[in-house]
Parts: sequence; structure tokens; C-alpha cells
Amino acid sequence: MSSEIIAEIKKDYMYNLIKKGERVDGRAFNDYRKIVIETGTIRKAEGSARVWLGDTQVQVGVKMQPGEPYPDTPDTGVIITSVELVPMASPSFEPGPPREDSIEIARVVDRGVRESGAIDLEKLLIAEDKVWMLFIDIHVLDHDGNLVDAASLGAIAALLTAKVPNKRYELGEDAALPIRDIPIAVTAADFEGQILLDPELDEERIASTRLTVISGKDGSIAGMQKSGIGTPTQEKIEEMVDIAIKKAKEIRETHFAEFLK
Amino acid sequence: MKKEKPDFIVDGKRLDGRRPDELRPIKIEVGVLKRADGSCYLEMGDNKIIAAVYGPREVHPRHDQEATHAIVRYRYNMAPFSVEDRKRPGPDRRSVELSKVSRQALEPLVMKEYYPRSAIDIFMEVLQADAGTRTAGINAASLALADAGIPIKGLVSACSVGKVDDTVVLDLMKDEDNFGQADMPVAVSRGKITLLQMDGHLTQDEFHRALEMAISACKDIYELQRKALLEKHSKISFAEDSAKEEGT
Repeated sequence: MSSEIIAEIKKDYMYNLIKKGERVDGRAFNDYRKIVIETGTIRKAEGSARVWLGDTQVQVGVKMQPGEPYPDTPDTGVIITSVELVPMASPSFEPGPPREDSIEIARVVDRGVRESGAIDLEKLLIAEDKVWMLFIDIHVLDHDGNLVDAASLGAIAALLTAKVPNKRYELGEDAALPIRDIPIAVTAADFEGQILLDPELDEERIASTRLTVISGKDGSIAGMQKSGIGTPTQEKIEEMVDIAIKKAKEIRETHFAEFLK
Repeated sequence: MKKEKPDFIVDGKRLDGRRPDELRPIKIEVGVLKRADGSCYLEMGDNKIIAAVYGPREVHPRHDQEATHAIVRYRYNMAPFSVEDRKRPGPDRRSVELSKVSRQALEPLVMKEYYPRSAIDIFMEVLQADAGTRTAGINAASLALADAGIPIKGLVSACSVGKVDDTVVLDLMKDEDNFGQADMPVAVSRGKITLLQMDGHLTQDEFHRALEMAISACKDIYELQRKALLEKHSKISFAEDSAKEEGT
């Protein structure tokens, strides 16, 4: 992402707009782009979701298969999260092994799902030394900024609609995954003290700092990631966290209402 | 988990109710991605794929460039969740071979000599696979090239044909492919054949009938491709055109 260039003149233009309280696409600072979530798009996956965040587009698939637990946690299921930044999604993505950007996104999404306790991993024990391995695969199709939030939305939407494939492995009837929380990632960008949510591609490129905050239903924080070389003050960070938690609640209530009962 | 071979043809109908010479339903949408220069989403039965085109653009690495014409590259990639048992990310021998034959199915149609020292990159992502992904991919890639405004001599249309229970059938689905007697993907452009592969067992007469069937089906696919392209590009205004050029 860092290799993409942006014209100085556009940078100045965007900064001047932000000083006046405006953004290039006309959004208010606290607005997200339009969020569209379609679940069940991939029948071959145990759970799936296609997510549009404005023009950013990701397809997430959850696959499950029986496997061996980690030696230090023999009674709990295993989550493995991967992100592919396929070269289709941006002129700056190249074929090849995952680079730091895709690994970072995968790890941040993984942290949100894992640390929020969204999945009751103890219920994924099948027998001694046999647990469910849960693969969350995130396929980025179109990169127009803020991949972390789009990937996170896709991951939780796919998990919420996933079915444990008990039948295929002769373990009984298929059942919903044991989901306890709906972690939502909200990314804020800092422009010389002005805080914007859901930065689109150009904003993301010129922001000095981004902070992703993943929070759960009770408003507690499950994961955070600062990226960029900016140096925000303690007050700014706390302001970003506060805005992010409020926004997460709003997104959860708008897009996941049916799962909040 | 083992599956038994089912009876493929009952009362002249196949497992999904199709006649032997019938295609699965096809859905095409052109121009589905913002960043790519051209793109196409295509469903052929249970196959769901996206193709995208970038270029003509600078060649990286530089030593791959050609002084007299553009190079065409094709990358066939399967999403890990696209198949029953999760596929490990990254290229394998199968995807390398499919990338090569697919590229050569499209390359003769691209007017490469217009763009010396450039690359035209075609990326194909399989989101869900159900036999026939390479031919579905070629259909979509051909439209993505057109959507990107790259000069081509014509569209390429592709489908597979094969044999199950000693009957020649069109556009095999997963079970027919797994337990059938032959599988033969074919791509056609302007009446000529640009891709031909075959594995299994066919008599010469069966081969003849299979090829006829595939070529005839490709004509139907061509009409659907043409319609999808017109649907997208008869609507575009000049204002939208100039807005799209930005950022590429």
C-alpha cells in the first residue's frame, strides 16, 4: 500500500478540505461509507460473507475440519485467519507469498475474533486430541481503503451464519457455531488532530496515523492496532478509542440486529 | 467420506435435470471492480468467479518486457474456501498449468503489437468451484479485456464437454467430472479453436460429436457475453469515462 503515490496537489487539497470540516467524498468525519453485507454467498464454505464498504470489496469464507489441537490448549478449537491481497484488488498488489500488509490485517482480524471470546472454543472439542479447526479466509477483491474494517465485518458475518459440518464427518447433525459476541473493528485516521472514521484509499495514504479499535457488545476493547508513523498524544488516542467504541455499537445495531437478541 | 458413482442419465435427463446438450445457467456482470481497468463476475452453474484486467502497464520485472509487443500474463487462483476441502493458498502445479493454457486461449485475440514494452495482466479468482472453472474463467477474462478497452479481435467463448455413462454431455458438473469417462474443455473464438484439452476415453466418433456440441454451445455463450458487454457499455457516458481514468 505504501508504494502507491498520491499527487502533492491532491494531498494539499484534501488537507485544506479537512481543515474546513469536509471530506473528498462529502461524508461527515464520523460517517462510514455504505456498508453492504451478503451472507451465504459461497455454498461450499461452512459460512461466508461478501462485504462492500463503499467500493472496497472482500469475500470471506469459513471452512471447518477436524484436526489436532495445539499441545498447550488440548481442549479448545483452533482458529486460523488468513488474508490474500490478490493482485486483482489493486495495481500495487503483486502475486507471491503474503507480505506484511496482508499478515497484519489477518492478525488484527484474528485478535478481534479471538480475544473478544466471540467463539466458544471449548465447545469445539470433538474427542480427546480431536478438535474443530476453523479457517477464516479473507479474499480481498477490490482495495479502496480500510481493508481491516471490511475484513473484520466479513469475518464476523461469516462466523455468525456458519454451520458446523457434523454430518459430513459423521458426528451428528449440523449446528450453528457457538458465538457469544459480535466484535466490530472501527478504524479512525488522524489528520493533524482531526479524527476521521473509515478512511477511503486516498485518506488512508495521507493520514499520519490510523488506529483500529475492536470492541464487543459490552463496549469493552478486544484488540487495537496503531499503524502509520504519526505520534498522537494520549488525549487524541483516548478520543479515537471513544469514537470507535460508539461507532462499533451503531454498526452492530444496524447490521447485526437479528443476532443481538 | 466416500461417494458412490450415481446413475448419470435417467430417462434422458442428467442429475440436475439437464438434457445431454444443455448448459448450466449462466449469469454475467461486467465492470464489478473499481480499481481494476476491466472486470467481470460470472456464474456458470455453481461456479462463481471474478476476472480482472490491468494494463497495458509497465512491465515488472523489466527484463520480461518485449520490444515489439505487449506481454500477456494470466493468473488462475482459487480461494481457499472455493472447494469442499480447504485449498491451501498459493499456486500449485494445477493452477500453473491452467494459467498457461488459459493465457494461450486468449492471447491470439489480443492486439499486442499496439503496446510494445507493456504488460497486460489478467487475474482470475475462483470464489466457488464446481467443475469447469477454467472455461468459466476464460469467458469472464475475455469480457474483462473488452471492459478494460484493450483492442481485441473478438471475444473468446469456452465450455467443457465430456462423457458419462457412454453418453456425450455438455458442460460437466462436479459429480460428472469426478466419476465420468472423459472431460474436454474447449475455447472458441471467431469459429477457431483456441483451447483444447482432454482426459479420459473417447472414440474418434465420440470426439467428433463432442467437439461439434462444444462449438455449438460456445455460440450460445458468445451471445450472452455480447449482451452483458452491451448492457454495461451502452450506458456509460463520457463523464463517467473520464472519472474512471483517475487512479490507474
